[in-house]
Amino acid sequence: MADYKPTIGVEVHAQLKTTTKLFCGCPVSFGEDANTNVCSVCLGLPGVLPSLNKKAVELAIKAGLALSCKIHTKSIFARKNYFYPDLPKGYQITQYRFPIATSGKISVEGKEIRIKRVHLEEESAKSIHEEDKSLIDYNRSGVPLIEIVTEPDINSPDMAVAYLKTLQKILQFENISDAVMARAEFRCEPNISVSKVEGKLGTRTEVKNLNSFKAVKKSLSSEIDRQIGILEKGGVVEQATIHYSEETHNTWVARSKEESSDYRYFPEPDLPPLLLDKKWIEEIKATLGELPGKKKEKYISLGLGKEDAKIISNSSTASLLFEEILKIINEPIEVSKWILRDYRSFGEPDISAASFAEMIEMVLNGEISRNAGAEVLAEMVRTKRAPKQIVKEKNLTQISDSDALEKVVREVLDENPNELTRLKSGERKLIGFFVGQVMKKTSGKADPKEVSRIISEYEKKY
Amino acid sequence: MKTILEYRELFKKQKITPISLFESCLKKINPSLNAYITVTEELARKGLKKETKGKLRGIPIAIKDNINIKGVPTTCASNVLNGFIPPFSATVIERIEKNGGIFIGKTNLDEFGMGSSTERSYYGPTKNPFDETKVPGGSSGGSAAAVASGSAVISLGSDTGGSVRQPASYCGLVGLKPTYGRVSRYGLVAFGSSLDQIGIIGRSAVDVGIMLEVIAGYDPKDSTSSKKEIDDYSKINETPKNITIGIPEEYFKQIDMEVHSTVMEIKSKIEKEGISFKSVSLPTTGYIIPTYQVLSYAEASSNLARYDGVRYGLRKNGENFHDTIRKCRNEGFLPEVKRRILVGTFVLSSEAIAEYYERADLIRRLITQEFEDVFKEVDYLLTPATPTPAFPIGERTDDPIRMHVPDRMTAGANLAGLPAVVAPAGMIGKLPIGYQIIGKPFDEIGILSIVRLVEKIAPFEGFLKEVQDG
Repeated sequence: MADYKPTIGVEVHAQLKTTTKLFCGCPVSFGEDANTNVCSVCLGLPGVLPSLNKKAVELAIKAGLALSCKIHTKSIFARKNYFYPDLPKGYQITQYRFPIATSGKISVEGKEIRIKRVHLEEESAKSIHEEDKSLIDYNRSGVPLIEIVTEPDINSPDMAVAYLKTLQKILQFENISDAVMARAEFRCEPNISVSKVEGKLGTRTEVKNLNSFKAVKKSLSSEIDRQIGILEKGGVVEQATIHYSEETHNTWVARSKEESSDYRYFPEPDLPPLLLDKKWIEEIKATLGELPGKKKEKYISLGLGKEDAKIISNSSTASLLFEEILKIINEPIEVSKWILRDYRSFGEPDISAASFAEMIEMVLNGEISRNAGAEVLAEMVRTKRAPKQIVKEKNLTQISDSDALEKVVREVLDENPNELTRLKSGERKLIGFFVGQVMKKTSGKADPKEVSRIISEYEKKY
Repeated sequence: MKTILEYRELFKKQKITPISLFESCLKKINPSLNAYITVTEELARKGLKKETKGKLRGIPIAIKDNINIKGVPTTCASNVLNGFIPPFSATVIERIEKNGGIFIGKTNLDEFGMGSSTERSYYGPTKNPFDETKVPGGSSGGSAAAVASGSAVISLGSDTGGSVRQPASYCGLVGLKPTYGRVSRYGLVAFGSSLDQIGIIGRSAVDVGIMLEVIAGYDPKDSTSSKKEIDDYSKINETPKNITIGIPEEYFKQIDMEVHSTVMEIKSKIEKEGISFKSVSLPTTGYIIPTYQVLSYAEASSNLARYDGVRYGLRKNGENFHDTIRKCRNEGFLPEVKRRILVGTFVLSSEAIAEYYERADLIRRLITQEFEDVFKEVDYLLTPATPTPAFPIGERTDDPIRMHVPDRMTAGANLAGLPAVVAPAGMIGKLPIGYQIIGKPFDEIGILSIVRLVEKIAPFEGFLKEVQDG
């Protein structure tokens, strides 16, 4: 069973951070009374026409640029036709053959994930099902979204989650989307297939209804097992939409391919092709803080070496973490060392910037040694526990208290009279030997600099 | 017959008042013609009380019932919109109101504009004022019958494949379909969005020009409306000089002999004014109807998807959502609209889209290109407006292919987005027949100036008594 390789692609719908809807002037807000932020246009009344929100276009371009996409100076809106009560026009205005951005990439945990496309589309309304009736709230109808689609470059549920977290951070960092999952501002629909044969993909299924990163991970794991189970029994995986239950962590086939709709896409005749001025795209590019090249220059100006700056800036995960930590501790070189030497060796895992910063601070304050810091970090990655807690449990607090240290130093000197004589006769390399002994005695908790200083003093006294 | 300019003069001299004009129009509403779905007497009287100035002050205007007037039911002649009252007015309506126009009523049409006879209305057929056994044309048949029978001075229709021009031909009127994008479509209930254009039906080129000046121009609510400045339409009084008019041979085939000779007479009269003519060819003409059908049905199938009974209009509760919508649509739409929705849905389906919709879209580009090429040779095209005069009521209702025949003359201008005007060429028996002038994009002045010239050199004498009396 272990030789099955999963292949995962992810579609994300992210709500753009605009004040008004995509095709009308209704405000976009969360938690208002039902059907208060609506007008003739977003209710799809007879005779209305859409007018495109420029800010939404700007944010879509920005998203495309932040994901290193090619921005198309001509893109075309299309109608996706299907009947559903929460779709007031009987079609959704989206982009189909000619999206606004294509061919991007982001680096996640040191691996490059290609972005197939980014396109603009409108949100549907929200159905609320009650026992004997369904209610519809059109406040969300027409809210601007971007859909971001990856190539099938992801090969594990963990990687899928890492990608999603990185993407979410980029969108938030660039002020493109608040991307709060609980508010449905960031929704993921992964698709997955498994195969034993290198270079040959299996039939994929699409997982829907995922409301948390945990659900993404669990549903994908469950779906991998389900597909392998079918194949092992000699069966065939069918193309289908899969639902996931938060309660049971199971996946099941919600809709097979035969039942899927024919959306009858065709160009939206009410909107002319979206033509973008190259100058405008450049202006938007200039507002991005986060293109790798630009980031690298910024890091060099903070004092990092060229190579170090390049390594960090090339990884979205690492650079986002780096900058978030800098917001808490403004010690670029020190922080960069932690990122480069330690963090990357763990494969750029998901970690809280605040905890990471707390750990570094403890080292800088002398509360723990650097070695202890590395140990804490490893433990943080493994258990997701807070650094203070780890330090306490593992008793890693550094002994920098001079009195306490002097006591240990004296012990060590007394225990090794021969070496002490040699030291006193000028064999200074023996300082290292004594420091080592002290470290051994304190299980590495002593501050080596302080130990060295105390030994030097004793060398004179004795 | 009086024009808008003459009414303006009479108002000024206080020979008549807007109220007396309105009263006389109201009296001319002939119930047996069934031109109106809703008479908006109350709204009109409110309008008459306002002190307004403007190009259309006091002029009674009929509006096709697929153009929204705030607070007045919009039916589109369909049961599916039963009870729907729009909370907003179309941009053209706002512009007419600003110019003092008076709305006398909402006129009958083929359901959602889908037809050439105004017979396929939930509210019954409209009859031709020249002969009540004949159709007035369609789909803007109510708007044409209203103006031809004197109950409105001018009217608005919509033209997707000829729906303004063909009724103008059958009712002896001037019917203009402006360039696509010249007039805002905001508030016009969509049929085929890439083809639809609000048009004007009036009794003279000048009247139509005045109305166009009011309703034309960019509207931020319609992204397909053009930012091009509007022209000074009083220029249509200037006799066109140094122009060449093309006669496309394909348009003169498969038409009634009398239509042929009547239009040719107009040609000779224009020729005598020193305007040169040239025979040209538009070989794609034969593809116009199928191309138009595929594209307009496809767009219609999507545009009409919103009528599901959930938010407004006819509501018939079923077992679940899909059952409810099935019931609403089944009871709401008449057979022709259903037929077009079904065909339109099919031509967009994944199995058929390449064969039908995409191919039609390609042919549309060829047709457009062909017009562009011919307009390098000539400035205008003269064609018959319809292959025959008005046909008998009931003759074609069961034959959708035959019903589409008149579109062959008119739908080319919709596919290519060109301005085209139909005006009376003469009478065949007691029925009027029109000619059509097609022009280059945004040359509404040019095509109307030719109509104006014909009005001077060959005035149409077929207006009905109600109109002649003013």
